[in-house]
Amino acid sequence: MTAVQEPAAEREIGRERRRKEDQRLITGRTRWTDNLALPGMLHLAMVRSPFAHAKIVSIDTTEAKNATNVVDVVTGADLGEAQGACINAWAITEDQVTPPHLPMPVDRVAFAGEVVAVVVARSAAEARDAAELVDVEYDELPAALDLKHAATDEVLAHPDLGTNKSAFWKFDSAEAGTGGDVDAAIEKARTDGIVIEREYRQQRLIPAFMEPRSVVVDPTGEQITVWSATQVPHILRFAIAATTGVPESKIRVIAPDVGGGFGGKLQQTPEEMIAFAVARRLGRPVKFTETRSESLMTAHHGRDQWQKLTMSAEKDGTVTGLKVELLADLGAYVAIVGGGVPVLGAFMFNSIYKFPAYQFNCQTVLTNKTWTDAYRGAGRPEATFAIERLMDELAAELGEDPIEVRRRNWIDADEFPFTTVAGLEYDSGDYEKATQRAMEMLGYDELRAEQKRRRESGDRVQLGIGVSTFTEMCGLAPSRVLGQLNYGAGGWEHASVRMLATGKVEVVTGASAHGQGHETAFSQIVADRLGVPFEDVEVLHGDTQVAPKGLDTYGSRSLVVGGEALVKAVDKVIDKARPLAAHLLEASADDLEYAGGRFGVRGTDQGITIQELATAAFAAHSYPEDMEPSLDADATYDPVNFNYPHGTHLCAVEVDTETGQVSMRKYACCDDIGNIINPLIVAGQVHGGLVQGIAQALWEEAVYDDAGTLVSGSFTDYLLPTAADTISFDIDHTTSPSLTNTLGTKGVGEAGTIASTPAVVNAVVDAVRHLGIDDITMPCTPERVWRAIQGVAGGGATEGAAMPHFDSSTGMEGTVDRTTGGAQ
Amino acid sequence: MTRISLTVDGARVADDVEPRMLLVQYLRERLGKTGTVIGCDTSNCGACTVHLDGESVKSCNVLAVQADGCEVTTIEGLAQDGELHPVQEAFRECHGLQCGFCTPGMVMQSVALLKENPQPSEEEIRLGLEGNLCRCTGYHNIVRAVQHAAGVSTGSTSEEQEQGVTA
Repeated sequence: MTAVQEPAAEREIGRERRRKEDQRLITGRTRWTDNLALPGMLHLAMVRSPFAHAKIVSIDTTEAKNATNVVDVVTGADLGEAQGACINAWAITEDQVTPPHLPMPVDRVAFAGEVVAVVVARSAAEARDAAELVDVEYDELPAALDLKHAATDEVLAHPDLGTNKSAFWKFDSAEAGTGGDVDAAIEKARTDGIVIEREYRQQRLIPAFMEPRSVVVDPTGEQITVWSATQVPHILRFAIAATTGVPESKIRVIAPDVGGGFGGKLQQTPEEMIAFAVARRLGRPVKFTETRSESLMTAHHGRDQWQKLTMSAEKDGTVTGLKVELLADLGAYVAIVGGGVPVLGAFMFNSIYKFPAYQFNCQTVLTNKTWTDAYRGAGRPEATFAIERLMDELAAELGEDPIEVRRRNWIDADEFPFTTVAGLEYDSGDYEKATQRAMEMLGYDELRAEQKRRRESGDRVQLGIGVSTFTEMCGLAPSRVLGQLNYGAGGWEHASVRMLATGKVEVVTGASAHGQGHETAFSQIVADRLGVPFEDVEVLHGDTQVAPKGLDTYGSRSLVVGGEALVKAVDKVIDKARPLAAHLLEASADDLEYAGGRFGVRGTDQGITIQELATAAFAAHSYPEDMEPSLDADATYDPVNFNYPHGTHLCAVEVDTETGQVSMRKYACCDDIGNIINPLIVAGQVHGGLVQGIAQALWEEAVYDDAGTLVSGSFTDYLLPTAADTISFDIDHTTSPSLTNTLGTKGVGEAGTIASTPAVVNAVVDAVRHLGIDDITMPCTPERVWRAIQGVAGGGATEGAAMPHFDSSTGMEGTVDRTTGGAQ
Repeated sequence: MTRISLTVDGARVADDVEPRMLLVQYLRERLGKTGTVIGCDTSNCGACTVHLDGESVKSCNVLAVQADGCEVTTIEGLAQDGELHPVQEAFRECHGLQCGFCTPGMVMQSVALLKENPQPSEEEIRLGLEGNLCRCTGYHNIVRAVQHAAGVSTGSTSEEQEQGVTA
């Protein structure tokens, strides 16, 4: 017990704390899944289909089985029901058509890269060598590849299903009672207003996390332990148990250091299931680590939609209605979130605007391509792109500044809380303020003046300025809302706080970080709330034995849902400590004040710190009769609402009208993400998000050839931006604290990606609009920009990129791993 | 099998290796130097960057046998006597990493870049790191980290040169 009060420590929340996790990451003391080696561990290599759609006629494993140091070669038929299944957790409609998804199919493959056999050997190199010896006879089937064509059901991705159409999901504001009749609004505008009709392509993207996926399964011991490079250890454990019949309590899943995810590791993968089944079959630990080509070809892709959009407005630019018709490519299977991704965008097309009528229609379609699922933003970047491109088109139609048109339609600061036409209640925001700040940072007026000069002088290099004012719903998600949407799980998060005997604090969170900095940010929250030093807090996560309850990390939820669970657990610890403090101080609990980590007796200098109380609870020599000798507490928090960060992003690009080359000149953004826990981490999230969104606008595209082979299957072909392609960014924040959580925070993980894509494309189109161009298809490559200038609508399709890499005359096929020397 | 002997992070090592074994596989699988990682197999991403006789190389693009008789420094050998290298310190200071997977390669490349050009412009930094991919940071803070390391003090630069001489 101490009578000396420490000087009040600096508040942790809001501090630019350097990250706790960095020390080991910058010195190479890392624990990536692929680093693990267990005694007797065997290595797996996958035999994958080179065809997009084919019957498996026979699989001859004899030669491979006879190879030196090969332990086994296993097919789907060998595993039978033990292989479990890959689940879809969100049937978006009651009658969704969902093909069964075996990790290793037995009779038919539905996309190029699908696993048909697995080789088990003493080393990874020997497993790969032997994989080349597995002789699979295929009977090739016609493949459904093009999304629009697949929607006609002429060629079926899964002939047994009789259709490629998986589900049709609709929201209509008139039917929902949240707004008017959109068709009536459009009809009216056709006679006395403005109608903007556009079709935009959301190209297929690849999350391309830097750490390839890896899984190690150890079946020895009472629990089967699975280490996996996953964002979702808890969901993975559930899915394995639910589909293999192994009790959940017999499975332990650990996500050790995980090298990025961006939604791409929010999956229950065939490779995880196969490793699990093979380890059980052989009773030996096994490891599978994918090559980069395997990762790009078979880890789920993102986006891939056609967006048909109709917007109606009064002659003065006041929008009266928006109708959205989407085609969304699911790929060969309905992935874990699957068709839920476009549905997450359904509530966001109306964005920050006061549209009186809105309708959203989405048809999800099966094709014989890699399955698609969440990729940073998941549904919301698509929605933001569509509406922000349309607002620029409306401005062009009116001949007005694009910011003016937005201002006329957006929700004013004094109108919050605001119920939108999509039925969501936005809690807080100030679009004007963020826009003003972003314009100041960019030097908007000066750049507009320069643009005018360049246009008038007919400069070869034209300047374009792109605007994107965005909002997003994040913090997935209130469980009741998820239930209404037929999602298979809740959206709560769990936390516990353990007060150790030495006064150190262990914080357990069900969120599972993979680069976000939870260890640091969560330590800051606990340090402030509990009043203990930042250094004394240890954040534990990503292991179902340590953090038994959780719903993991995605959808900008960790802080706003997981952080709130933490706050509640800390408050319970303080509540539990109070009677113990009163007992030891021989005071009435009512006379105690808690501040700075210490219970003080009001009006005296007597007090005791929470860390001293932890020691006292551990010793348990003296405590009140009606309390248990522990201060530890758990909390589960289910959010009451989403939260709605917003921001204004402005981008200036220069377009060389002779070559089509786009150069980014300046990018400025002002995001309102509510209260900020750690500005350094927030800046990092914004920068990284921006580049992923900019990359969609300018560089990245997953391209298939006519046979359904992914031709952008290496980093030589899939154009991830480098340091030399990108620029430094000007970022700032306005602050409208969220009213839906006690910390007043809003999500930030996806904001940059959601906002930046339309800002860049708007800028590119703005640079050449005076040449009669009103759209350029993403990615806006120099070729497309040049073609658009030459008068080809949208710049045309990507043709050159679909050049086959492997000459059929050599017998080399796209699935051969070139790095191991190929199938010589 | 071929016998190789080399120095890795200051320690003398010798092994029989298959001729096809890559340096990065040798480091990870035989020496347990798992700080160096494999990101792409096609020498695009640079996550496996190490120093071979003081020059930065992508260790997925070097055979283990080519390192025979050489001196290899990995991310694990960069800190000296418990003191972080100024570039490591700068990456932490400037939040130049998130998931940390590209970081070993990014740090090793940045060290090599600064050795060649102790006072690089932003453009020179961006071009110098072109062979290293990062998916998290958008490069903004990586560039800041290299600028920060360049400006730390001339002392660290001369120390760097001394290390180069002994190598």
